[in-house]
Amino acid sequence: MIAGFGEIAERLRRSTVHVGAGGGSSGSGVVWDHAGTVITNAHVARSPSARVTLFDGRSYPARVRLWDGQRDLAVLQIDARDLTPIEVADSSKLCPGEIVIAVGNPMGFTGALTTGVVHTVGPVAGVTRKPFVQASVRLAPGNSGGPLADSRGRLVGINTMVAFPGGGRGMAYSGGVNATMALAVPSNAVRAFLAQTPGTRKV
Amino acid sequence: MSSSLTALSAILTETVAKLAESVVTVHARPRVTSSGFAWSKGVIVTAAHALAREEEISITLPDGTRTAAKLLAADPATDIALLGHDVDLPTLGGATAFEGRPGELLIAVGRNADTGATASMGILSAAGGAWRTWRGGQMERFLRLDLSLFPGSVGGVVASVDGRFAGMASDALSRLSPLAVPPETLARVVPALLERGRVPRPFLGVGLQPVAVNDSRGVILLSVDADSAAAKAGLLVGDVITELDGKAVADADDVQAVLDKHLPGDALPARVVRAGKLIEWTVTLGERAAA
Repeated sequence: MIAGFGEIAERLRRSTVHVGAGGGSSGSGVVWDHAGTVITNAHVARSPSARVTLFDGRSYPARVRLWDGQRDLAVLQIDARDLTPIEVADSSKLCPGEIVIAVGNPMGFTGALTTGVVHTVGPVAGVTRKPFVQASVRLAPGNSGGPLADSRGRLVGINTMVAFPGGGRGMAYSGGVNATMALAVPSNAVRAFLAQTPGTRKV
Repeated sequence: MSSSLTALSAILTETVAKLAESVVTVHARPRVTSSGFAWSKGVIVTAAHALAREEEISITLPDGTRTAAKLLAADPATDIALLGHDVDLPTLGGATAFEGRPGELLIAVGRNADTGATASMGILSAAGGAWRTWRGGQMERFLRLDLSLFPGSVGGVVASVDGRFAGMASDALSRLSPLAVPPETLARVVPALLERGRVPRPFLGVGLQPVAVNDSRGVILLSVDADSAAAKAGLLVGDVITELDGKAVADADDVQAVLDKHLPGDALPARVVRAGKLIEWTVTLGERAAA
């Protein structure tokens, strides 16, 4: 096995949280700083409040500080000590072929790990004009809001959705049967999102 | 430490970047593009099945510019098509250093017109010998890919992580998984397509059935096409071929296997049983008409 996977996975798990929101929606999130800022998808945090559970089982009520359904990002605030924030990379430096790792907390279980490579970075033809980190990584639904990290364990994107580029062509694309693509909101877009005035709630 | 993972990641991105200099986007079907790569000067190799039209084809180059390309020839049986262009790109043709052992890490490199180079990584899940595609194309090797081949990357380059050329990415030859059209098949088919516009497939022009004759086995001719190689050689319905080119033939696959090693025009010795008598014969192979 490649040395480094275990250590990176462990570090990522410490920065990955489970987010439970009203209405039964749940997913993952990322600890952004020591002050209790948690990033997740807007579609994970659909209600004004949520519950955030850390890797060690500690659980906190969370307030939705910022929410943008268009960019599918939400910023949660928890009141917790001894957090392990994730290190954030510059997503504009990503290259096709670069190894990426996704960690998620589907159903509250910690540490589902999947890996693959960056397919490309940019808009997804036929899906959206917004730039996404497109990775050939197999995601589970609980990965939403969780980290996509580079080979150093630094955040490059927030796992947001899965695309089926073979879309609806069935057997015409044999490779397309299993060929799902992970789409992650680039870390630079998260930075830009956080730089907005707090308190604004875009809908 | 994460150094070895980071090192592998760096090797991958370097290999992808280097190969991507030869990879273009192919605009030849509605909605989804495909990929292709520079084989020799002025010649792009791409996936035949991903070409939905024969005219108004264009390619997007590594520098982002889009230019016209001309369909030179295509062989759907091996899924290989050639596009002509007048741009200078680093070429990948001729490389056959890929050994191909199951489990080897592989990458598939394509190009997207909007975002640039694309990459997928996986392993070679199966490697085997010569086989025939469902369209009748002869492939020198069977290379099954366990990687996510997205539609836009079809026709792109498959390579080992250190950049050894492993063929063209195809999703049209197996229903189960993407395959690589192997370097040896490209090295045979591309020159034939450039030279003759098609892949010459030797043809006898007979319908066959396995049969036992004189304590041995052979194939009985149930039909002989008019003007075919078999008819010109004087073979008749009811003749039994027991040997072709020195090899015993017990069924149609055996005969096909002999033909695959030859070209139209080759003269092959044959042993034929006619009316209980063994006759030494010579058959000059014809060519199968285009599918």
